[in-house]
Amino acid sequence: MRRLLIAIALAFSAVFLLLPLVNVFAQALSRGWAYYVDSLAHPDSLAAIRLTLLTSLICVPLNVLFGIAAAWAIAKFDFSGKSLLITLIDLPFSVSPVVAGLMLVVLFGAQGFLGAWLREHDIKVIFAVPGIVIATLFVTFPFVARELIPLMQAIGSEQEQAALTLGASGWQTFWHVTLPSVKWGLLYGVILCNARAMGEFGAVSVVSGHITGLTDTMPLRVEKLYNEYNAAAAFAVASLLALLALVTLAIKTMLEWKTRRELALAQTIGSVAPVEQPEKFDSNASNTP
Amino acid sequence: MGLTLFYLSAVVLIPICALVLRVCDMTWAEFWHQVTTDRALAAYKLTFGASFCAALANAVFGSVLAWVLVRYDFRGRSLIDALVDFPFALPTAVAGLTLASLFSETGWLGRFIVPAGIRGAFTPLGVVIALTFVGLPFVVRTLQPVIESLEREVEEAAATMGAGRLRTLATVIAPSLLPSIFTGFALAFARALGEYGSIVFISGNMPFKTEIAPYLIVMRLEEYNYLGAMALAVVLLIISFVMLAVINVLEQWANRFQT
Repeated sequence: MRRLLIAIALAFSAVFLLLPLVNVFAQALSRGWAYYVDSLAHPDSLAAIRLTLLTSLICVPLNVLFGIAAAWAIAKFDFSGKSLLITLIDLPFSVSPVVAGLMLVVLFGAQGFLGAWLREHDIKVIFAVPGIVIATLFVTFPFVARELIPLMQAIGSEQEQAALTLGASGWQTFWHVTLPSVKWGLLYGVILCNARAMGEFGAVSVVSGHITGLTDTMPLRVEKLYNEYNAAAAFAVASLLALLALVTLAIKTMLEWKTRRELALAQTIGSVAPVEQPEKFDSNASNTP
Repeated sequence: MGLTLFYLSAVVLIPICALVLRVCDMTWAEFWHQVTTDRALAAYKLTFGASFCAALANAVFGSVLAWVLVRYDFRGRSLIDALVDFPFALPTAVAGLTLASLFSETGWLGRFIVPAGIRGAFTPLGVVIALTFVGLPFVVRTLQPVIESLEREVEEAAATMGAGRLRTLATVIAPSLLPSIFTGFALAFARALGEYGSIVFISGNMPFKTEIAPYLIVMRLEEYNYLGAMALAVVLLIISFVMLAVINVLEQWANRFQT
């Protein structure tokens, strides 16, 4: 029974996890190392790599900022409509990327709500870089917030209140108390957000216009090379993205191990503190006068 | 707080409202005509059917995988455990590309199964394969903590009281795992319904045969049939809202069992 179950699990993960991964690199190098390097050094591929990096550089910090603000608001304050807000934050996960892209076309496209105004001011959003950035913002929206909300809720706000009582300002409390306690969770959210930002295909594909060298991100470049029957070059670009996925997984595994430890630590401190601290406080108070 | 709401509405809510508003301009008859063309119906059928099959495959094999990863110790366990998240981390385009090549006639798997009549690339089966890949982590990751929290004593007690393995499985283990399996199934299903990137590469996108609903939206856009694209998008949007509600209910049900 045990052997059978392990065999099924191994076979399933071999077909769906291991083989696809190894295959990317095998196909990328199928025409030799020189061809691999050449297809990556092609100007259009380089342009795609640059655009992907730029998009991620804009989207990740914005979503980090939002993620911290949202998690802070949800974990530390009570207000009505909280669960609705959490649902809304999760929304981009359940909307099809293609639909997300289409929404932006409806909003910013030539016949869209803002189309005429944008044309007057000579701003291009759809079929240009801003559209790609906004589409990526939409699909990567929940990542950081989702990681931080449960973490901040678990840690609670006692430590911050203590800092505030001791005279720290709001910002000081944030930088020295809140941020350090969630730093691993935050980093975790950042790498997931980054992986998705660099790898997004559906939403970006709808708004990009596929202009070679200008609005092709790496995943779009992969598709174009594949459609041009240049599989080896498509796999070469894809191998970079697969490498990114592997690095993401490695950091993620490491962080999971770390957050689990810190969360356990926070919980033990949390359960011990209410008993110990008041005593200390009292004894100090009685000693000083 | 204010920043949160502002950013949320700017990035998420306004685009959704814009789409819905535009579709409200259409007459009902026009809308109905656009979303019930034969091609659209075929696309829904494939999208739902393939998503269902893929989620089912994940529910079965994902449960086995989660069980094995938690309960048994074997070589390579931690490697597989880390790799379970690989479909989340890998861009969908790369997933589609590599799966299409694996299952093609000359691919590592295709060269063995294509002669047996199983074609993975450019068939509805290919759609199921790609969707199984992208949905794989959901069931495993939903189930793992639940299996970890199961108390072995209960199983042992059942065994000492004379219950056979199957009976223990059916009456002791299954009831506490089932809600989470359903949740994982629903998550994988919801993800599969909207999937685009990986399918484009493996399915061949033939109308009436291997064309999924999101791809049809892209086709309508390329035909400059904006109304058609928007009408279909609203249908998908409504479906994702329904799935979101279903998942919420399932998660609450699963949480009741966990504590």
